[in-house]
Amino acid sequence: MSEIISTLQYYFSHSLVWYALIVGMLIALCSSLLGVSLVLKRFSFIGDGLSHVAFGSMAVAAVTGVTDRMIIILPLTVLSAVLILRTGRNTKIRGDASIAMISAGALAVGYMLMNIFPVSANISADVCGSLFGSTSILTLRESDVWLCLAMSVVVLIFFVLFYNRIFSVTFDESFSRATGVNSDCYNLIIAIITAIIIVIAMNLVGSLLISALIIFPALSAMRVFRSFKSVTVCSAVLSVICAGTGIVMSVLCSTPVGATIVTADLTAFLIFSIVGIITSKKCRK
Amino acid sequence: MSEQIICSDVALGYEDGIVTEGLNFSVSSGDYLCILGENGSGKSTLIKSLLGLKPQISGEIRCCDGFSARDIGYLPQQTPVQRDFPASVQEIVISGCISKLGFRPFYSKAEKKLALDTMKQLGVDDISKRCYRDLSGGQQQRVLLARALCAASKMLLLDEPVTGLDPIAQTELYEYIHNLNKKGITIVMVSHDISSAVKYASHILHISKKQLFFGTKEDYINSKAGQRFLESEVGSGE
Repeated sequence: MSEIISTLQYYFSHSLVWYALIVGMLIALCSSLLGVSLVLKRFSFIGDGLSHVAFGSMAVAAVTGVTDRMIIILPLTVLSAVLILRTGRNTKIRGDASIAMISAGALAVGYMLMNIFPVSANISADVCGSLFGSTSILTLRESDVWLCLAMSVVVLIFFVLFYNRIFSVTFDESFSRATGVNSDCYNLIIAIITAIIIVIAMNLVGSLLISALIIFPALSAMRVFRSFKSVTVCSAVLSVICAGTGIVMSVLCSTPVGATIVTADLTAFLIFSIVGIITSKKCRK
Repeated sequence: MSEQIICSDVALGYEDGIVTEGLNFSVSSGDYLCILGENGSGKSTLIKSLLGLKPQISGEIRCCDGFSARDIGYLPQQTPVQRDFPASVQEIVISGCISKLGFRPFYSKAEKKLALDTMKQLGVDDISKRCYRDLSGGQQQRVLLARALCAASKMLLLDEPVTGLDPIAQTELYEYIHNLNKKGITIVMVSHDISSAVKYASHILHISKKQLFFGTKEDYINSKAGQRFLESEVGSGE
């Protein structure tokens, strides 16, 4: 036991580990808040699709050789988010199919570009890094932490101020539209915020992790809780706890950070599922 | 009785064609209008136009006496998303007040009281903490009806409200709607269910590619369109 504590003390004397912890938890918080709405609106795949788009546009940015890659990644991803949402309502290509198409397409184009115009000697390490976020979270700079903090504050404020409208639009779009809520506008904002979070998060924790961060906490919370408010609060708290536990565990066991966090989320989901089965039986009695 | 909505020579449709045309009818305060028609006869398009969400191709839909499309409480058809939505009854009912928010982020005490009162009116106040997805179909429709009442108290626009309910729950819901109508709320209901339409409604609008009938229920029963429709219903019922 004392060995574990001393290992932790050693690691947490480095600011880099603190940065990783703070950034990981903030991203977990933002993505889980968005996740509730996305999962309920049957847009779970949007996280997955957009993270692949972000991967593709990162390859494009790397090939063009601009210094600040965000200039290319962010607009391309936001554009795809809007496109996915638009085609989601178009009956010619269904929502899930269009996401799958964009996702696979962007992944392929990105990987191809990386191979045709290799930027570094080790392509598979590059690909692995951006998909699984293998080491990036432990190499954060202070500016990344501030960026993340600012984004989280914006997302939190948006969520608190527009909570009732988000609920209304998520639960029943046609009713909200009939009462004069501009639901297209809210859908657009949600898509854009999702895109921004995914881009920032992908740079920090990898694109595989981000889609898990979006869907797992919301799904877990829905197993047990039965009102929108409790589901939202629970998924936010759960997501932050899982991210924190995952990062500490990965430091202790020297496992990959992203994969450890997702494993923690998966474990929480299993526990919540069992609790959900037990409590729903009680409810019916 | 004052007229709330007047439609004169309205044609509805999409860019690639007209769905229904020649609509001439009016809805007055306190009416119970039932809109009948086959699938694809333009009923849902008419609903969108009445709500002000879709402009008509030609003709005029006029709101009278300070009445506006925002004074219509709308009960849409249920979507698959809603059936397993984790939300409490209270949360859903109060979301009907969304248009009253203006620039405020949260609901006021008055709006919370309004939600409670409408829940009492529809007999769902004792299940206000229950989860929507655990309710029976009839209870779910009453919750959505309460939400529509929170949004507007002058007119309710119901899109096939009894679809998917068992016969007992159907009768119960019709009685609740009938009681609301007796309190002076205008009801406009889109329905397949001709026998209940004839039983409860005061006016009937029967549309197909064009308007087949508009008038009082009594006239409808004696009209050609009505008799043919009623006969086919009775025939299939036996």
